[in-house]
Amino acid sequence: MEAWFALLVGIFFTVAVYLLLSKYIIRVLLGVAILGNAVNLLIFTGGRLTRGVPPVVPGDQDALVGPAANALPQALILTAIVISFSFFAFLLVLAWRAYEALQTDNTDEMRVAEPKDEPAPPLGY
Amino acid sequence: MAATTSPPADLSAALVLEPVASADWLVILPVAWCLAIGALLVMLRRKIDWHPPIAVLGLAGLVVIDILLLRHVLASGPVTMVMGRWLPPFGIAFTVDLTGALFALTASVVALAGCIYSLADINDSGRRYGFYPFLMLLMAGVSGAFLTGDIFNLYVWFEVLLISSFGLIVLGSEREQIDGAVKYGFLNLVATTLFLITTGYLYASFGTLNMADIARKSEGLAGTAPLMTLTALFVLAFGMKAAAFPVNFWLPASYHTPRVVVSALFAGLLTKVGIYALIRVTVMLLPAEREELSFVIALAGALTMLVGVFGALAQSDFRRMLGYLVVSGIGSILAGVAVGGPGGIGGAIFYALHSMLVMTALYLASGVAARLGGSFSLVSLAGLYRRHAGFAALSLMLAFAVSGLPPFSGFWPKVMLVKAALDIGAWWLAAVLLLTGFLTTVVTGRFFLLAYWRDAASGGGGSASATISPAAFLPVTALTVLALAIGLYPEPLLSVVQNAAAGLAEPSAYLNSVFPGGAP
Repeated sequence: MEAWFALLVGIFFTVAVYLLLSKYIIRVLLGVAILGNAVNLLIFTGGRLTRGVPPVVPGDQDALVGPAANALPQALILTAIVISFSFFAFLLVLAWRAYEALQTDNTDEMRVAEPKDEPAPPLGY
Repeated sequence: MAATTSPPADLSAALVLEPVASADWLVILPVAWCLAIGALLVMLRRKIDWHPPIAVLGLAGLVVIDILLLRHVLASGPVTMVMGRWLPPFGIAFTVDLTGALFALTASVVALAGCIYSLADINDSGRRYGFYPFLMLLMAGVSGAFLTGDIFNLYVWFEVLLISSFGLIVLGSEREQIDGAVKYGFLNLVATTLFLITTGYLYASFGTLNMADIARKSEGLAGTAPLMTLTALFVLAFGMKAAAFPVNFWLPASYHTPRVVVSALFAGLLTKVGIYALIRVTVMLLPAEREELSFVIALAGALTMLVGVFGALAQSDFRRMLGYLVVSGIGSILAGVAVGGPGGIGGAIFYALHSMLVMTALYLASGVAARLGGSFSLVSLAGLYRRHAGFAALSLMLAFAVSGLPPFSGFWPKVMLVKAALDIGAWWLAAVLLLTGFLTTVVTGRFFLLAYWRDAASGGGGSASATISPAAFLPVTALTVLALAIGLYPEPLLSVVQNAAAGLAEPSAYLNSVFPGGAP
């Protein structure tokens, strides 16, 4: 089953990178959202997939008996989901503010911080 | 990896009841302290007059804590504290060695200097917006990144400092800042996501996230796990965070837009966290693969130095010029990482510490210069020497320090790096290091000529009656004095840095601190 998941993760990354390469902020945002999900799926698959066996220690035992699902990747993904969600929210607002303030969502036209016609430094004095 | 076999449970290893030695609490204290002060400031968000004194005292306390931590590490070697006493490799470990303690101390000094400068730079609206809580959270993230011994935890601290830096970079909400923040935000998020991807692969092949455990296992897994892929991805991710050559463009696009004090803190702290993570991962965790990749890292370092310094030559804005000089400094550090050995790694660490102090001081000086001369542009900035001779002297010292001229702090790491490069026969790398030093002297020399010695009448701008408040002047002076002191008497720092580099290359003390009873 890991192989199918690896393929799925690959498709996610392809879509994310394609969107990230766009000039338009709104597409880049979609790319960021998909990239976050691609990574979560990657970590989940990286922890190996065991179906139907929750990692619960029986009452009369001190340790797990036999193979069980790996709980750690789920903890990692939970952290990563929270982080990527908050970042996505921030970037969404930032993109909206940028659209309001700069009147464009084309990154090629965002040249306020680095103006094209800035004078060269003086050559003599 | 999945729990496929279950060894007999040894409950004595899990039920540790003796308390942590009280000196070991120093390991976690910098992070807890910053978070507590940050939370206090958020609670007092309506009493903005209280914010500056609390933040200054809080950061002064952080400096004291970091000094005590460094002393503790110097006296007793690397120290480990495990969260909730869940023993490694399962619990999240905070492990401090000399490298981490040195970086944490320098970061706290830089933050204190920035905080004092902010008294003159951040007005009431900035305070209401939450400059000081963001600053404390940023320091929590930076300290956590320097002190943690767990690679996923490192990622979390990266995100903590990134989200605080987002808050700081848009402080003021000017058009320029929003433009810079868009580029900074997206590219840094992609870089940290790349780091997370690599961490996922690392966990899939090692089955552990504890740094000491990874360092122990990396040699044995060399034949079976894709370690070169991991190392290349780590170098790309941390290189992007540190603004190394092919992925450096976000830094000059954004660092000149926020408030001066924010630029100064970013220049001193953020790229250096990336460099620290790069040194930690490539030198300590995956040493054999660093050796394999050393030519690529050296090439990236050389190109970063040249791109940085040529970019600086082409700028007419003081702060954009400094942004390129930050990039150029990152190149020198990468050269040290590529060369390796005690000289190379020691030189890289020393250069990073020097760069934290001096780049922050230069950004703060740019703010003072703009206040005196009324502009950041080299076209109109003039006559500063006549306005304030003392400040001109300080600026000249900082210019010498960043160019790597004696007797300032930039000289000694550069000597170490050039010597280490020549020792392994990388004459071209040594040549690029020296050429970069020369060109940096040209950049700063031209700047000093135009902004300080040129007659104000020919340039104009600025008010002759402008005075600098002591809050702005003091941190620049203090950091310059520190750079001069390190340059005049480098012996103690030099030996500590060499010990730190040796501790990274031969991490047996680090491993013993995490696993006191040997391998579990």
